[in-house]
Amino acid sequence: MATITLEHVQKVYGSGPAAVHDVTLEIRHGELLVLVGPSGSGKSTVLRLIAGLDHPTSGRILLDGDDMTEVSPARRDLAMVFQSYALYPHKSVRDNLAFGLKVRGGDPAVIRTRVEQAAAALGIDALLDRKPAQLSGGQRQRVALGRAIVREPRAFLLDEPLSNLDPSLRLGTRTELALLHRRLGATMVYVTHDQEEAMTLGTRLAVMREGRLEQVGTPLDVYRRPANVFVATFFGSPAMNVWPCSCSQRAGVTRLAGAGLAFEVAVSESVRIDDATVLAGVRPSDVELAPPDTADGRGHVDVIEPLGATTVVHVGIDGASRQSVRVVVAADDGPAVGDRVGIRVRRNRVHLFDARTGAALTPTVSPWPVGPRR
Amino acid sequence: MTVRRMLTALGMTLLLALLLCPLYWMLLASLTPESRIFGAPALLPQDLVFDHYRALFAGRDFWTPIRNSLFVGGATTILSVGLGAPCAYVLARMPFRGRTLTLAVVLATSMFPQVSVVSPLYLLLREFGLINTYPGLVLPYLTFATPLTIWLLVAFFRQLPDAVEEAARMDGAGRLRTLWEIVLPLSWPGLASTAILTFLYCWNEFLFALSFTLGPERHTVPVAIALFRGQYQVPWGEILAAAVVASAPVAAIVLIAQRRIVAGLTAGAIKG
Repeated sequence: MATITLEHVQKVYGSGPAAVHDVTLEIRHGELLVLVGPSGSGKSTVLRLIAGLDHPTSGRILLDGDDMTEVSPARRDLAMVFQSYALYPHKSVRDNLAFGLKVRGGDPAVIRTRVEQAAAALGIDALLDRKPAQLSGGQRQRVALGRAIVREPRAFLLDEPLSNLDPSLRLGTRTELALLHRRLGATMVYVTHDQEEAMTLGTRLAVMREGRLEQVGTPLDVYRRPANVFVATFFGSPAMNVWPCSCSQRAGVTRLAGAGLAFEVAVSESVRIDDATVLAGVRPSDVELAPPDTADGRGHVDVIEPLGATTVVHVGIDGASRQSVRVVVAADDGPAVGDRVGIRVRRNRVHLFDARTGAALTPTVSPWPVGPRR
Repeated sequence: MTVRRMLTALGMTLLLALLLCPLYWMLLASLTPESRIFGAPALLPQDLVFDHYRALFAGRDFWTPIRNSLFVGGATTILSVGLGAPCAYVLARMPFRGRTLTLAVVLATSMFPQVSVVSPLYLLLREFGLINTYPGLVLPYLTFATPLTIWLLVAFFRQLPDAVEEAARMDGAGRLRTLWEIVLPLSWPGLASTAILTFLYCWNEFLFALSFTLGPERHTVPVAIALFRGQYQVPWGEILAAAVVASAPVAAIVLIAQRRIVAGLTAGAIKG
């Protein structure tokens, strides 16, 4: 089991822009760190750099404090689960699992026992004599996991392991992965573009965009205190409402007005945003429908998306920009398309971002205490 | 639509007939008595005789050239695939400076007209005392067979998924072990088609075999057939019978491995 440290890691392919830009990150012993971001954000490249399949252009990668930057994958003793599973097609499941142990040399009887134990743990012991071509997608995925587990490596690297599974299988396998992590207590680095997968699985998340780390923190940290507009809108479904506002501060009260919405919030004294333009962000679940006369803004219902227990209502706010605001309401009291409604923002759930850089204006108005880091 | 299909079928049939005509004639004449070969050509066989074939193996020793061709072709194939596969793997998978140039040079060496290299090769082989020996044929054959196998196998290795090899590296396997235990077992279709093509080139090769052998004990099949011609007569019947015997393995291999060869050729064509 291991701690993985990246120090100012940079990766440039050819003459193009940096695929990974100055990433410094510590993956702690026993945690499941999720590298999450849209496609092309460099998260898979970071994983390959940790694996040793690629070497950084600059910076260092350490395993338990030992510099591994130029060490071959074989000597790092990490296991990887590939997105495509990358099973050895000509070998039986048994030989797929055993290959890593055989390469390292060892008593065939011990290898056999370990392969059978790993297979039993994953429920693929009945498939040991089959070839990968004779397996379903879910079974292949288990074999790929088994091939990693059986080696008892220092850490696990998982590259979008669920993305090739049917949606029906994905949720179950996700839960099993969480259980597996708890049972093994191993360090895991998990790459996904799916924010929900990241939130549910991760001990901590490292959010990436365009080769840069945008934020590192626990799932709730990232959700409740996003470091910038990108992180704020990437997590949560439906996505956070963001619109530009002009501010005026007077006696501890900050008045925000923009896109047909106007309201006052309490902002910490240290944030000076008088007479400035900022971006205001509110999650759809932190907006509610209200009678037009007591509302922060008024408009018409454009679209209704019933999700079962809740309904997402898209409200086109009166005004030149016709800003659309998403509101989550209980399914039973949803309005109809075309209804005239007012909307009201929950004051203590407003996020403010710098209009130019998108960075969160800290300390943001947040009702959640800054808890101890897990 | 149906008219078009009928026209296509008709065109195909004509083309096929045109291509098969010489082969059919060869087969027919090899079964016709010598006295009638130059008579009025008959499209349908009349009283077939196997005299020419009997003469080929009883009168002449045609087994020797067949054995020579099989040995030289087989040895060349094994060596060129054995040497070419690791070369091709390096060229396909490991980035290094001058990789493209290396591939181009490899291709260029196989582009020289045979006539232009036959004299220097002769001098070289004579220097080493290899004229009229098996190595004296296998080594020159390797000069065109190895670039061919390298080129075909590079194209084949490139289309294998990277991830499987990366999985092997993560499992702790080195490059050689990965090549031996993962890449080669997955490559047998490519290796087989490359081997077949190489063998066919060797089987059909004429100029080197004619130039570097002296006596009938080392002649390959094409050379032996060419030298059937005597001072006063040309034994057409036997020549054609020998041609049938020489074509038979080619036809058999191609018919059996047709798909594979086509795949091998197009892989080379697209990736080249």
